[in-house]
Amino acid sequence: MMELVCPAGTPAALRAAVDAGAHTVYCGFADETNARNFPGLNFSREEMAAGVDYAVARGARVLVAINTYPRAGAQVVWHRAVADAHAAGAHAVILADPGLIAHAAETHPDLRLHLSVQAAAANPDAINLYADSFGIRRVVLPRVLTVEEITAINREIDIETEVFVFGGLCVMAEGRCSLSSWATGLSPNMNGVCSPAGHVAYAETEGANEARLGGWLIHRTPKGGPAPYPTLCKGCFSAPATDTAPAQTGHIFEDPVSLDATELIPRLHKAGVTALKIEGRQRSRAYVAQVVRSFRAAVEAADRGEPMPAGLLAKLTEGQAATTGAYAKTWR
Amino acid sequence: MTQTPALPRLLGPLALLPLATPALGLALTRLLRRIARQKPAILARLGDARSARFLIDVTDGPVILLIEPEPRRITASRRDRPEPVHDAAIRGRMAAFLAMLHGREDGDALFFSGELAITGDTGAVLALRNALDDAELDLTEELAALSRPPLDRWLRHASALVARRSGFVLSREEPQP
Repeated sequence: MMELVCPAGTPAALRAAVDAGAHTVYCGFADETNARNFPGLNFSREEMAAGVDYAVARGARVLVAINTYPRAGAQVVWHRAVADAHAAGAHAVILADPGLIAHAAETHPDLRLHLSVQAAAANPDAINLYADSFGIRRVVLPRVLTVEEITAINREIDIETEVFVFGGLCVMAEGRCSLSSWATGLSPNMNGVCSPAGHVAYAETEGANEARLGGWLIHRTPKGGPAPYPTLCKGCFSAPATDTAPAQTGHIFEDPVSLDATELIPRLHKAGVTALKIEGRQRSRAYVAQVVRSFRAAVEAADRGEPMPAGLLAKLTEGQAATTGAYAKTWR
Repeated sequence: MTQTPALPRLLGPLALLPLATPALGLALTRLLRRIARQKPAILARLGDARSARFLIDVTDGPVILLIEPEPRRITASRRDRPEPVHDAAIRGRMAAFLAMLHGREDGDALFFSGELAITGDTGAVLALRNALDDAELDLTEELAALSRPPLDRWLRHASALVARRSGFVLSREEPQP
């Protein structure tokens, strides 16, 4: 059966994921060392150790994401996170920064290393470099590849691949995106926060809800209507009319939709993918329980060669709409 | 989500009784202090947002609540009075708040669908949402714990009955196998 890798932003969400059938749960410490450094989220050292114990006692595993890029002069914060994840009994750590990966490989030779999607390793040469240089055992593939491309990559590498199958989508330059930095000075890559909540402001004006990021108006939606995350990449912008073109309003980076690749699970299995990842460490235990239950049923069905269950998760998705993203790319 | 205005409509006239809102505020403050004692991780997760003042506007309810975590105080005020000064506000129907608190519905999904709206200090709202989600609260059990037998037993029965009749989620959602 394909491995189901599920998110947990809190100990309650970790328990919900394990109870709902997650094979593996990924989470992070409550600081800037992981890419979901949001208020009220994540694990203390004690909570991480207890979470690992809870998972292991029920046959599940815990991965610790330490996938931001260390600040120069402050590497010790990230080094301590790797050491504490190891001490807590994590099955593996998920890393992106080559310097931190080198440190982990040298200092903790028995610790399993996974390459984060934040490293944006999207071809066999890049993946093999990480595998040969640091002993990386699994790569989380960026969400830019078709199923055929994943098949081709798996033929040329000797390590496991993990792919996202559900949740929020990023612009297709993970680990390289500077949109949040541009608007707020803080980024998921360095600070663990995309569009930090402290820089987001919502207001009701003339029957509409407005969202601003760092003072920039990024979308205006009808009051009571669907709303996306307040990120620049999902922003809806207007351009005034010019002499040659009428006024325009639209999403210029990407539409506010979420990934749902349930129907592609059999093809991903055939492509040689080891593990399926669900996005959403910032989401609640209700989301975790519902999504994990649904995907556990799907991977079991795939294992039995049965058809994939119909998508039942639209309500949980951004924009209340889903896409198969780049896996079934038609726009190239 | 199952929604019905019946319960809020029944509660409406009660809010107009003299001293009803101060009494509700005192009762909720007692509940909040018990929860803070039993689950100190909530305040730890709130971090700097502990000092924020949260306005909870249950739009189909008769009163507006102001939650102040640091002094551990909840104040109720009538909807026809001016809103109290606050740092962040969360607005939505009673069914949405109860479903989120008890782990039936996801807060982001309620936000995406427009069932919950937030204004003010977004970081504080996020911290509160995450802290409460991790706490796995059960309002029926918390209220029962404040009551002496046999009132606690009657309260559980009444809560289950109201939940069945109204569709409101009044107890923690238990994990399904």
